[in-house]
Amino acid sequence: MAVTRYCTRTYLQDQRIFPSHSAKISLTLFVIFLVLLPAFAGQYLLLVASLCGIATISVLGLNILTGYTGQLSLGHAAFMAIGGYTVALTGEHFHLPFELNLILAGVVASIAGLVVAIPSLRLKGLYLIITTMAFQFIVEYVLLHWESLTEGERGIPIHAYSLFQLNLDDRSQQFYVVLVLAIAATILTKNLAMSRTGRAFVAVRDHDIAAEIIGVNLAKHKIMSFIASSFMAGIGGCLYAYVYQRITPEIFTFMVSIEYVAMIIVGGMGTVVGGILGACFMTLLPQFLGLIFGPLSSAYPFMSSRLGAINIMIYGMIIIFFLLFEPEGLFGIWIRIKNYWKPWPFKY
Amino acid sequence: MPHLEIRELFLSFGGIKALIDVSLSVEKGIIHAIIGPNGAGKTALLNCINGVYRPDTGRIEFGGHDLTRMKPDEIARLGVGRTFQNVELFRNMTVLQNLLLGRHNHFRSGLFRGGVHGYRNPEEVDHRKKVEEVIDFLEVERWRKAYVKNLPYGVQKRVELGRALCMDPEILLLDEPTSGMNVEETEDIARFILDIHEEIGTSIVLIEHDMGVVMDISHMVTVLDFGNKISEGPPHVVQNDPKVIQAYLGEEQERERKTA
Repeated sequence: MAVTRYCTRTYLQDQRIFPSHSAKISLTLFVIFLVLLPAFAGQYLLLVASLCGIATISVLGLNILTGYTGQLSLGHAAFMAIGGYTVALTGEHFHLPFELNLILAGVVASIAGLVVAIPSLRLKGLYLIITTMAFQFIVEYVLLHWESLTEGERGIPIHAYSLFQLNLDDRSQQFYVVLVLAIAATILTKNLAMSRTGRAFVAVRDHDIAAEIIGVNLAKHKIMSFIASSFMAGIGGCLYAYVYQRITPEIFTFMVSIEYVAMIIVGGMGTVVGGILGACFMTLLPQFLGLIFGPLSSAYPFMSSRLGAINIMIYGMIIIFFLLFEPEGLFGIWIRIKNYWKPWPFKY
Repeated sequence: MPHLEIRELFLSFGGIKALIDVSLSVEKGIIHAIIGPNGAGKTALLNCINGVYRPDTGRIEFGGHDLTRMKPDEIARLGVGRTFQNVELFRNMTVLQNLLLGRHNHFRSGLFRGGVHGYRNPEEVDHRKKVEEVIDFLEVERWRKAYVKNLPYGVQKRVELGRALCMDPEILLLDEPTSGMNVEETEDIARFILDIHEEIGTSIVLIEHDMGVVMDISHMVTVLDFGNKISEGPPHVVQNDPKVIQAYLGEEQERERKTA
């Protein structure tokens, strides 16, 4: 059975993403479930689902840069901020339509990516981390203090907008827009990972000297990876702006950058599925913790101030747990479960 | 006409002189061995050809280009393939992916086409065919989809040779292809090198410690000692050169002199 199932006749068949039909069918069912979600989910659940989708788009971008190319960045939120503020400014001043705004957010963010990438070419490891962190702080500072442009802490409100016939004020329609873009981002990243450029990215990560000697242009690929990553971050930031309907510097702090790095660690570095799992896990975690600690703090009001800190503690503990016990992240756990059930009902 | 010509090459690391006035020319389509005791500068010489090290002075000419001014990836694009002494494969990738990476510069699609087409890109299939030829040639069919980190050392060495072959190189630089191998694996590799020479006609520069292999398969031998070229010629000539014997067995002679 197992032999005939994986029998292939052409190289094209052999290169497919899903060797079996069952994976395709279950994925299709999952997408249908997502499409039907607004029919039975409440407003709040849809907002959370949209945030998961947005986190997925951004985290896939960071995964290209950090997971595949191995350039650890602590400035991902800054690229998202650039995307978000681009939308706020062009939307408010020029009243551009949504679809144009979306692309513009990505393009402006990827130009910023290029600007960061060029001095980063000579830097590796710790030095690159510090550079991207500096970029994060610079962007944060500019957003807070260039008040004539960004209105500082108050932020910029984003007014009603529409995409074709969809009204993006509505949570369920917002969710559909995010869903379509998240699926597109997933397909794009997976394709990229399986193409020539994706292989070269991994080569740069694993062994840069060997990569150079077989003819991979290191500088070019690092820049490409920065651009692709910040483009997706820009789109993520743009969607954040639309969902929150107001953009402030607080949405894109340094903590958010770290959260995104945590997402790819928890999900699994350098895997598309891992990125999605990590994004959803880290977005849903505060919701679950809120479910547990919300009633607790109302029952014991004197503890409520401390329970907030416990949230952050659990956050940190989960990251440490994954780094110590499951470096391959949720994706590794998923693969192990899959391999366990493969020969079922036999032992092996 | 020499294929690769090295002229008056000097290389030093701080006070240590790794290569002193080394000149060497590799004829087209031959197997040229470089031998010498440990620390003689053999690998340093290959690293200069590859562009990993930048020599202090001297010229390395290959196909009308001066390699000393070029970056490693540009040199690779000219058709210089290379394997390393300690296997430098991408360990978290499968054999297939490693070999496809060897074909990196023969692809035309970039970031955008890769993202949109993915595995359906017709180029992927074209290059897969070429890669399968190399897999067939080196007899690694069994391990096609295995991760490199899980393979035995001897097979890893063979895959690394395959990755260099996938580049369609005009010249192959092999740094100790048989190090750490048993007799049988050494024979296999020697046979593969001869096959490459005969079927593909690639020029091969070979660093090797196994004298049996060097004497059997190489057409020319260059001997380095402490960064100096001390001898050059066909294997049987070099074998009997007193300078070479002294470089390899120098201590022995000194002891004889003391006892005398």
